[in-house]
Amino acid sequence: MAKLPTTSGLRPPAKRRESEEDTTAAPAEKKKGKLQESGIATVDWLDERTSLSAGARWMMFRKIPKGTNWFYTLGSATMFAFLSQTVTGVFLAMYYDPSATRAYESVRYLTNEVFLGEFVRGMHKWGSTVMVILIFLHMARTFFFGAYKYPRELNWVIGVVLLILTLMMSFTGYLLPFDQRSYWATTVGVAINGTGPLVGPYLSDFLRAGPEFGVTTLSRFYAIHMLLLPGIIAALIGAHLYLVARLGTTAPPWIRADTGPELREDKA
Amino acid sequence: MPVPDDRKKKPKTTAEAKIPGAYEGETVTRRRFMTGSAHTAGAIATTAFTLPALGMAFGPVFETEEPRWEGVGKTSDFPDDTYIPRTLTVSRGIGEVGKTTVYVRKYSDKDTEVRDEYNAYVAVSTRCMHLGCPVRYVEASERFICPCHGGVYDFEGKVSGGPPVRPLDRFYTRVRDGVVEIGPRYSLNSELKRFSPRDPGQPIDGVGQFMYPARPTIRKLPGT
Repeated sequence: MAKLPTTSGLRPPAKRRESEEDTTAAPAEKKKGKLQESGIATVDWLDERTSLSAGARWMMFRKIPKGTNWFYTLGSATMFAFLSQTVTGVFLAMYYDPSATRAYESVRYLTNEVFLGEFVRGMHKWGSTVMVILIFLHMARTFFFGAYKYPRELNWVIGVVLLILTLMMSFTGYLLPFDQRSYWATTVGVAINGTGPLVGPYLSDFLRAGPEFGVTTLSRFYAIHMLLLPGIIAALIGAHLYLVARLGTTAPPWIRADTGPELREDKA
Repeated sequence: MPVPDDRKKKPKTTAEAKIPGAYEGETVTRRRFMTGSAHTAGAIATTAFTLPALGMAFGPVFETEEPRWEGVGKTSDFPDDTYIPRTLTVSRGIGEVGKTTVYVRKYSDKDTEVRDEYNAYVAVSTRCMHLGCPVRYVEASERFICPCHGGVYDFEGKVSGGPPVRPLDRFYTRVRDGVVEIGPRYSLNSELKRFSPRDPGQPIDGVGQFMYPARPTIRKLPGT
């Protein structure tokens, strides 16, 4: 087996001191070895105090069923779309001004004047659509592979909540450029919220911060979009991943339980 | 089924349990008491910042505003057979965004809304009662037409086609020193009966007025 520069925590403990015995190596290789050792020492220092490597091993080196294929990466793809939205969003926030009179101008400035502004905004804008598409594909994979069944029902429920939160992100983010399309789409969206019986009128008043689209409506949408929802989404993604690691993934429905002789022997 | 006996054996006071330093009649151990106090203190602290924050978020829903009257032109500007568009500020402090178009005309013999002191001039809101897009008055067909989903209203603002759920809202009007002034908004059911203002998409015929309650703080003017 090739000697990889992994930390002691990621390697089986028995093989730990193996490379140190090798004194016949050339000076260049020796230097390289020293560099490796110092890196490993740093990680060891952290690991001794946090036991992080055990967690990393638990999360990353999981047993996966036979038949696992590319469809199983849709969840990670969605998560990376979320990470991309987070990073681009943070930097867009440095230029954005959530006031009704200056929002449009600040978006125009960051799109047309700021170096790479148009590119980063474009990633955020199109990335939001990509994220919604990926979520639905991930959901379809889970549904058609029957991966929502016992014991993974709770993870399906968390996933549905994440889907709703993502759509809420889309809704609140759509207003922020504050052009004609944003304004009227939000007017219509808030009115749709208002058609819910009994609670609808209060819900739309809450969204607008009053009976009319007013001074604080935009900043309210902005705060929900960049503080409230991302926090909840990040927390729920953590819970979602924890359950994936804890329960494992399912085999595709076309994989039959293996009843070969070796397996039976193993069981006995 | 009888209660198991060991329940009865459970000591009622710390003295009975022979805990060192027990007081006479003390029923809660000090450890339990301290745990409870710490949890209560935590709960109080959390509530102390959560409730005011939520109050801030929901406060505007219950805010009330004095009715404002805004002059839109001389009485002679408005005929009774067609509408004149005027700009009205419905939300202050946000520049152009807070303005809306309102269609104004004189009350005519053909009108079916009950005549009173507030509708010598009829001011029709351009907010479509489907989902709130802006409607436009088309003079040739004497219809209000919505560009979004095809809502059509007749000369009085009653629905004549498409998805809207009730006639176009109106504003109270009054005349002061020969100037037509426009006041607060009110909603109408299909018989042009006045109701406290509702948002678009909320029917107020029949049971609708109870399904979609008006804001407690913004009602139609008293006596109308």
